[in-house]
Amino acid sequence: MAIVRVNGEERQYDGDPDMPLLWYLRDELGLTGTKFGCGEALCGACTIHVDGTAMRSCQTTIADAEGASITTIEGLSADGDHPLQVAWRELNVPQCGYCQSGQIMQAASLLKDTPEPTDEDIDSAMSGNICRCGTYPRIRAAIKQAASATKGAKL
Amino acid sequence: MTHHFNPSSPVINVSRRGLLAGLGAGVFVLAVGIPGNMSARAQDSKYGAEGMPNGIRDDPKVFVAIADDGTVTVTCSRQEMGQGVRTSIALIVADELEADWARVKVTQAQADEARYGNQDTDGSRSIRHFFMPMRHCGAAARAMLEEAAAKQWGVPAAEVEAANHEIVHKSSGRRIGYGEIAKAAAELPVPQGDGIKLKDASAFRYIGKGQTKLIDGFDMTTGRAHYGIDTRLPNMVYAVVARPPVYGGKVASVDDAEALKVPGVIKVVSIEPTPVPSEFQPLGGVAVIARNTWAAIQGRSKLKITWDDGPNKAYSSDAYRTTLEEAARKPGKVVRNAGDVDGVMAKAEKKLEAEYYIPHLTQASMEPPAATVRIVDGKCEAWACVQAPQATRERLASRLGMPVEDVTVNVTLLGGGFGRKSKPDFVVEAGLLSKAMDGAPVKVTWTREDDVRHSYYHTVSVERIEAATDADGKPAAWLHRSVAPTIGSIFGPDPKHELPSELSMGLVNLPFDIPNVRIENPEAAAMTRIGWYRSVSNIPHAFAIQSFVAELAYAAGRDHKDYLLELIGPDRKIDPTTIDDSWNYGEDPKLYPLDTGRLKRVIELATEQIGWGRDLPKGRGIGLAAHYSFVTYVAVAADVEVDDQGTLTIHRMDVAVDCGPQVNPERVRAQMEGAAVMGIGNTLFGEITFKDGRVEQGNFDGYEVARIDAAPKEIHVHVVPASDFSQPLGGVGEPGVPPVAPALTNAIFAATGKRIRQLPVKQQLGV
Repeated sequence: MAIVRVNGEERQYDGDPDMPLLWYLRDELGLTGTKFGCGEALCGACTIHVDGTAMRSCQTTIADAEGASITTIEGLSADGDHPLQVAWRELNVPQCGYCQSGQIMQAASLLKDTPEPTDEDIDSAMSGNICRCGTYPRIRAAIKQAASATKGAKL
Repeated sequence: MTHHFNPSSPVINVSRRGLLAGLGAGVFVLAVGIPGNMSARAQDSKYGAEGMPNGIRDDPKVFVAIADDGTVTVTCSRQEMGQGVRTSIALIVADELEADWARVKVTQAQADEARYGNQDTDGSRSIRHFFMPMRHCGAAARAMLEEAAAKQWGVPAAEVEAANHEIVHKSSGRRIGYGEIAKAAAELPVPQGDGIKLKDASAFRYIGKGQTKLIDGFDMTTGRAHYGIDTRLPNMVYAVVARPPVYGGKVASVDDAEALKVPGVIKVVSIEPTPVPSEFQPLGGVAVIARNTWAAIQGRSKLKITWDDGPNKAYSSDAYRTTLEEAARKPGKVVRNAGDVDGVMAKAEKKLEAEYYIPHLTQASMEPPAATVRIVDGKCEAWACVQAPQATRERLASRLGMPVEDVTVNVTLLGGGFGRKSKPDFVVEAGLLSKAMDGAPVKVTWTREDDVRHSYYHTVSVERIEAATDADGKPAAWLHRSVAPTIGSIFGPDPKHELPSELSMGLVNLPFDIPNVRIENPEAAAMTRIGWYRSVSNIPHAFAIQSFVAELAYAAGRDHKDYLLELIGPDRKIDPTTIDDSWNYGEDPKLYPLDTGRLKRVIELATEQIGWGRDLPKGRGIGLAAHYSFVTYVAVAADVEVDDQGTLTIHRMDVAVDCGPQVNPERVRAQMEGAAVMGIGNTLFGEITFKDGRVEQGNFDGYEVARIDAAPKEIHVHVVPASDFSQPLGGVGEPGVPPVAPALTNAIFAATGKRIRQLPVKQQLGV
């Protein structure tokens, strides 16, 4: 029996402890905002926060997360108004939108550590997150806009 | 915020489901209407929207609902895959309806072309074909609201006017909200002909403004958006499929004992392979059905399958390239012939020739193919991320042996499509598995490896061009041989030649002012599934032609831009039928000639903006390419640097686009930005190779796509303004891609003197 906290709620799971969190979140809890893209930590679509740090949920098992506090895109903000979510909408970042949960979760982790990122900081932190539609120029701009909106404060 | 999907509703998310649940009494509930004023016109034209299967519909009783709280719901019958079509369709209707955008919602149509008109979302056609029908639809609904209000007040309809979600009687100052009058309006007949007054473009509030936020923006940034992979139904089970690794192969034997021991695995089911050519039907194989996706994947890894590979086991990319090259060096089927190429070539003092190689690519949409199907009481219902809903419905029906009327297809958002999701093989798999589970809902998920190894691949091609040049270095004769397996090979006995639609993608419709031109298409046999990939055959054709022009300019000692403009020649509107282009993207050649003036204009715009001709340090260069596709003109200029280690940096790209009038210029820009990035991936990294019939790549480590660090810090999109909204619209989703690769490789040449003739660039710059 594994116990994890997901978006503030305690959850117990007695299935396969080697199941990646990705499938636990999606199939067992119905939190489908976390996306499957590769299953090998190559694309970042499944990015979540484990104890506040961006992790690939396709390569983090339930056993790995035992006792940890997990945040998914659904729990990033109460009303979808995290400064990154606001900036993403202001700049119309999404095209198909599929990768954007992972992009936003990764960017949130970046801004937490680096409140005023340079282009190089952004490229370095975000290069594990693929967007096949090619929204990268707007992702860069939205991260900077969110950083500016919060005046570099820690998020 | 847990997403609970409502199986009884085709709508996508919680907020929209709530909205529709609130409809009911007092709502502009719109019965199925016989399509109105556009259907008569469909009889006498075979071009454009009316030339597509099932044509168009513009009936407001089909596309518009107004709730008693005034909420306007527009039904979008085109599929959303990142092009912003749900926003653009809704804003067209909203503008003509004189609706307040804040009170407009969108819902997705089910597959039903009799009701909605053509739904195939491909060919960069959605706004090009549905701009006018959706304007008519919005304007007709506005007229009905006005008439209903006028009747209620007992005043002539001419005295009332719709203004921002209200009908106003000017002289008396009376006003009534859309929600209050909607029910009465819905009972009126839909006006026809002169009864519909389109807005003057000067009165547009949303069309052409680019100020509208994405209608799905909130859902997409909060995890609420519903894609094909996200469907959840009560008692749903999860499946993955082991498919034959070679196209046309089948299972020789299977041992599923270990798979069935995996906790959570319910059943192992065989899927009959579809004989080659398999069209849109499944490849066959062995499915593992389980309680969750992870258990299904684990179970599949324990299957012991022996495959009977069949004849395509011989497919290996190295050998196939040689076959294509040999074909390109011999005469082939002539697809355009003007003047006397052989005579001029024989006498020419100077000749130039080059061969270009462009590999297979795969779409690799971030959402892999995924679909859910259940069969209840003899009725089949699917939820799927498909570009072609009607084809999905028909293929499900035929494979399950059911009447089409008994099959419902609900279309989710598509997490990218790029042509892959025009083919519903993955939905039919879910249908067959549901049948094997006595109708229980089954979700089939493709892993990334499944997607990369069982796609419908962008063709592989060798393009060989020869030119005889005159004293000024201009071509007096041009011979192009294009050799590539065709998409036609998935539909019938392999025709071995490109289809008219493929030939017309920048090959036969060469826009240059050259007196002697011959274009040939030697045979190529397909050995895998070939399919559409964003911008399709324009990719190899543009790469070869735009590279070769740069090579000619260099050989002549000329400035590339000046040379290209001269080669295009005087401004003229070329009737495509005069250059053996029988397709012209399905458009009327009179309405959509190939306009060389527009092509030159985008070249001038892109080069001017990037600062063509400016001094650059060593190792740095600017490249250019231009291409006409999907009845739109695009030029790309790229500023790149290659350092001593062969590391490429793209500093800046300027994209100039003339797509005629722009309904949503903001999304036009977004599509050009995205095309630039996808084009960078195609140029630098993208390559699918086969060995022994099997795809050698499996995931994003082997099949690389552009990441954020490959994207230039500056992509500037310059949109040529249209004269007015009466000018025909061009496509937007695809035409940004083809010029990117040759612009980049021409820039690499300018920076380094190294000519890239095969894609991807990958290690070719290494020292």
